[in-house]
Amino acid sequence: MNVNLTRRIFLLTATSAAGGLMLGIGAEPTSANAATVVAQPWNEDNAYAANEIDAWIAIDPDDSILIRYQRSEMGQGSMTALPMIITEELQCDWSKVRIEYASPNRNLREKKVYGDMFSNGSRSVRASQKRMQQVGASARERLIAAAAARWNVPASECTAASSVVAHGPSGQTLRYGELTADAAKIKLAQEPAIKTPDKFTFIGKPIPRIDVVHKIDGSAKFGIDAKLPGMVFAAINACPVPGGKLKSVDEAVAKDAPGVIQVIKLDNAVAVVASGSYWRAKQALARLQPEWDVGAAGSVDSDKLSQEFRAALNDTMVTARNEGDFDQAMSGAAKTFEAIYETPYLSHSPMEPLNATVYLQPDRLDVWVGTQAADEATEAAAKASGLEPEQVYVHNGFVGGGFGRRDASDEIAQAIAIAKIVQKPVKLVWTREEDTRQDKFRPHAVVAFKAAAGADGMPTAWSMSVVTSSIWASVGRKPPAKGPEPQSVAGLADNGYRVPNTRVEALIKNTHLPVWFWRAPGANQHVFALESFLDEIASASGLDSYQVRRKLLEGKPDWLKVLDTAAEKGDWGKPLPHGTARGIAICEDTDSLCAQVAEVTVKPNGDVKVNRVTVALDTRYMVNPQTIAEQAEGSVIFGLSAALFGKITIKDGAPVQGNFDTYRMVRLAEAPKIEVHLVPSGGKVWGGAGEPATPPIAGAVANAIFAATGKRIRSLPIIDHDLSYTAV
Amino acid sequence: MSINFASMGIAMITLTVNGTSYDVDLEPDTPLLWALRDAVGLTGTKFGCGIAQCGACTVHINGRAMRSCSVPIGTLAGANITTIEGLSPDGKHPVQQAWLTESVPQCGYCQSGQIMAAVSFLKQYPSPTDAEIDANITNICRCGTYERLRRAIHRAADLIKA
Repeated sequence: MNVNLTRRIFLLTATSAAGGLMLGIGAEPTSANAATVVAQPWNEDNAYAANEIDAWIAIDPDDSILIRYQRSEMGQGSMTALPMIITEELQCDWSKVRIEYASPNRNLREKKVYGDMFSNGSRSVRASQKRMQQVGASARERLIAAAAARWNVPASECTAASSVVAHGPSGQTLRYGELTADAAKIKLAQEPAIKTPDKFTFIGKPIPRIDVVHKIDGSAKFGIDAKLPGMVFAAINACPVPGGKLKSVDEAVAKDAPGVIQVIKLDNAVAVVASGSYWRAKQALARLQPEWDVGAAGSVDSDKLSQEFRAALNDTMVTARNEGDFDQAMSGAAKTFEAIYETPYLSHSPMEPLNATVYLQPDRLDVWVGTQAADEATEAAAKASGLEPEQVYVHNGFVGGGFGRRDASDEIAQAIAIAKIVQKPVKLVWTREEDTRQDKFRPHAVVAFKAAAGADGMPTAWSMSVVTSSIWASVGRKPPAKGPEPQSVAGLADNGYRVPNTRVEALIKNTHLPVWFWRAPGANQHVFALESFLDEIASASGLDSYQVRRKLLEGKPDWLKVLDTAAEKGDWGKPLPHGTARGIAICEDTDSLCAQVAEVTVKPNGDVKVNRVTVALDTRYMVNPQTIAEQAEGSVIFGLSAALFGKITIKDGAPVQGNFDTYRMVRLAEAPKIEVHLVPSGGKVWGGAGEPATPPIAGAVANAIFAATGKRIRSLPIIDHDLSYTAV
Repeated sequence: MSINFASMGIAMITLTVNGTSYDVDLEPDTPLLWALRDAVGLTGTKFGCGIAQCGACTVHINGRAMRSCSVPIGTLAGANITTIEGLSPDGKHPVQQAWLTESVPQCGYCQSGQIMAAVSFLKQYPSPTDAEIDANITNICRCGTYERLRRAIHRAADLIKA
C-alpha cells in the first residue's frame, strides 16, 4: 500500500441529486455470474490495493478478485476481454472478479509494469493476449505454491479451479483468499507455460460486457462528466486553418457576458473561461471575432488539393510491392483498364466531443479525460505542464468513442495551457464544430489503377499508385527506412489476390492539414478503390464478381472461407427485383479477414438504400465472440457513414463542415440489417476485431449500386453522385 | 425538497427534475442540458452537438422526448423533467432491460438519449414496425449500434405488453 491520503481531496466528486457527495459510485453485480466494474472507472486510489499478488491482481480474504485493465474501454469490449484472458489462466470465479483501470502513473513508477497502455490498431487483445495469459498463469502457480508450502506437499500434487487450490491425495483445499499474502511473497523459479488455444475453456465464450450495465442508466462516467470543487469551464476556438496563429481578438466584447472569468489568448487559439456552466463560456466565445494569421494555407481549397494530388500521380513513387513485370504484361495485353479513385478527408467525430478536465498544482497535475492512450496522455501532460511524468495522474473515463482520434492528447495540452493562466481546476470542452474542424483527419487519397486482362477476362497484371498524406509525419515519426508508409498502401499492398504481375507504389504529399489514424487507416479508403476497380474488370469481362474473386484467391483457404461465407449467407446470385442488387468486397486488415455482401436498392430518382449487409469475419481467434460481432456491426455503420455521406471540404484553408447537419451520419433510417458470421481460422497470429469490418462496406455498396444502375462510383461520398436512371 | 444553488443577484429558475425541485442560478436562455449537467449535477444527459441533431441530450419534458440542448430553462417553469437517472428507481425499466439483454451500448455515450427517445416512442407506438422505428428514432450513434437498438426496441415493446 502506498496511498498518499493527503491527495484524497482531489478525488472526483459529483453532487448527487440529493445534494450530497458521491465518491466512487459502486455498482452491484447485475447477474450472479458476471464480473463487475464501477460506474466511475477512475479512482486516485486505484494505483495500489490491499491484498495484491502483483500489480495486476489482488485477492481479498472473501475471494473477491480485483483485476486491473491497462487499456481503454470505448465500447470495443476489451475491458471485459482482457480480464477474461487472465481469468482463463488464473482459474478463478468470474462472478467474483471486479475490474478497474490500471494506473498510468504506477506504470511509470514501476518500470512499465503494465507495458504499453494504448487501445489502437485493434491491438487491445492481440497485443496483450500472451501477456495476460502469463499474468494469470503466474498468479495461479504462486497460489498453488503457497498452498503446497502450507501443506508441506509437492506443488505438482495440487490443482487450482474456481478460486480453490486442492491437494488431490489428501483432499485438503484452500481458497485463494486464504493464500494471497503467501502467494504475494513467492517468486517462481520459472514462469509456467501458458495454455494453447485448444485448451481454452473460458476464452471463446460469449460473455456480457461488464460496462454495459452502467451505460443504460446514465451512471457510466466519461471524461466530460468529471467535476471538481471550484472547477471552471472553458470553451475554445482554435485557428480554423491548421497551422495558423492568433493575430488579435477584441476581448472586451466577451467580458461583460454572464459568468465570464477570463478571455485567454493562446498561440493558435482563443478561449473563454466562465463559472457555473460551460454554456456561459461557449456563449461568450461566440461573441469573439478573432483575427488569424493563416499564411499561404489560407488559399487552399478541395479542388486545388484534388488537382495537385492527381498531378502528383505522374511523379516518381516509392514501391511497396512489385511482382512479375507489370510494364511488359501491359504492353502485350489484349484488354487494358485504367481508373482513378479519390477519397476525401474525414473527421473522426466521436459522440463525446474532445474534452479534458485538469487540476494543475505546483507539484502535481491531475487530468480527467477519455483517452485511447493513458500512458501517452501522461507524457503529453507532463510536457505541457512542465512537471515530471511521475507527478502526473491521468484518470481515464469510459471513452465516448475514439476511432483513432483520442490518442493525440492535443485537448489535454490546451486544457493545461488554460489552467496555467486561470489558476483553477478547469474543464475544457470542444464544441461539436470544434471537434469536427480541429480534427486530425482521415487523409485525402487518390489511387490510380492500371490493369491488363487475358482472353478469359481475368486480370493478369495491375498497378496501384497512391498519392496521399503522411500520418506518420503528423505523429512526428520518421518515414520508414524502406518502402512507403504502411498506411499509405494498406488494403492495396496486402491485397490477397494472385495477379502474377502486381505493382503497388505510393507518393506522400503533405498539406497544412494534419492527418491521423482513422478506424482501419489506409484500408478504410483503399479497399473501396481496389474492390471497385476489380469489379470494373469483372463486369467489363462479363464475369461474376464473386467468382472472379474466388479464382484470384485460389489456394488461400482462409480468404475463400470468408468470401464463401459472405456470399452464401448473403444469398449471392439469388434473384432480386429491378433496382436492387448485391455487391461484394473483401479485405485483410489488422491480420483479420473480412468479406461483405451488401444488398442495395436504388430508386429511379437516385435515392440509395442499403437494405442488408452480410459480414463474414475471420479474426483467427476469439476471446469474446459477442463483442467481436458487435464490433463488426458497428464497423459496417461507421464505414457506411463515410461511404454514403462522409466528406470534409476545404475552403480558404479551413474545414467547412462543422456539425452533424452538414457532416452527416447514418441513422436508423439508413441503417441496414446486418448479419455477422464469425469464422475464426486459427493459425499463428491473432487478428484484430475493432477495425477489419470497416474497409469492405464502401466497395460492397458501390459495387451493388453499379449492378443496380450501371453507374460506377469512383469517388466518395456516394451522395455526391447522381444515381438516377430511367425505370424500365 | 428544494435545493438552493443561489449565490447572489439574479432571479432563480426553479426546475423540477425527477420529482425534485432545484433552484438554478443560471440565465434563462441557458439550455436545459447545461443546467442539468453543470448546476443540477446529473451528467447522464450528454452533450453531442448542441443543435438538436444527435439526440444525445434527450430527456422527457412533461412526458415528451425533447432535445435538452435546445430548450432554454426560462421556458420550463412548472414543467416535469425526467432524465435517464429518473427513468426508473433501479435501472429496470423495460427499455433498460431490453438494452441490457441485447447488449446495445458500445461506447455508451449516446445511449441515455437513445433510451429516453425509445421510452417516449413506445408510448406512441406500443407495437412498432421497423419502419416506424426508423422513421421516429433519429438519434445518432457513432458506434453504429442500430441493429441491436432496433431489436431492443421490439424486445422492450414485448416486455411492456407482458
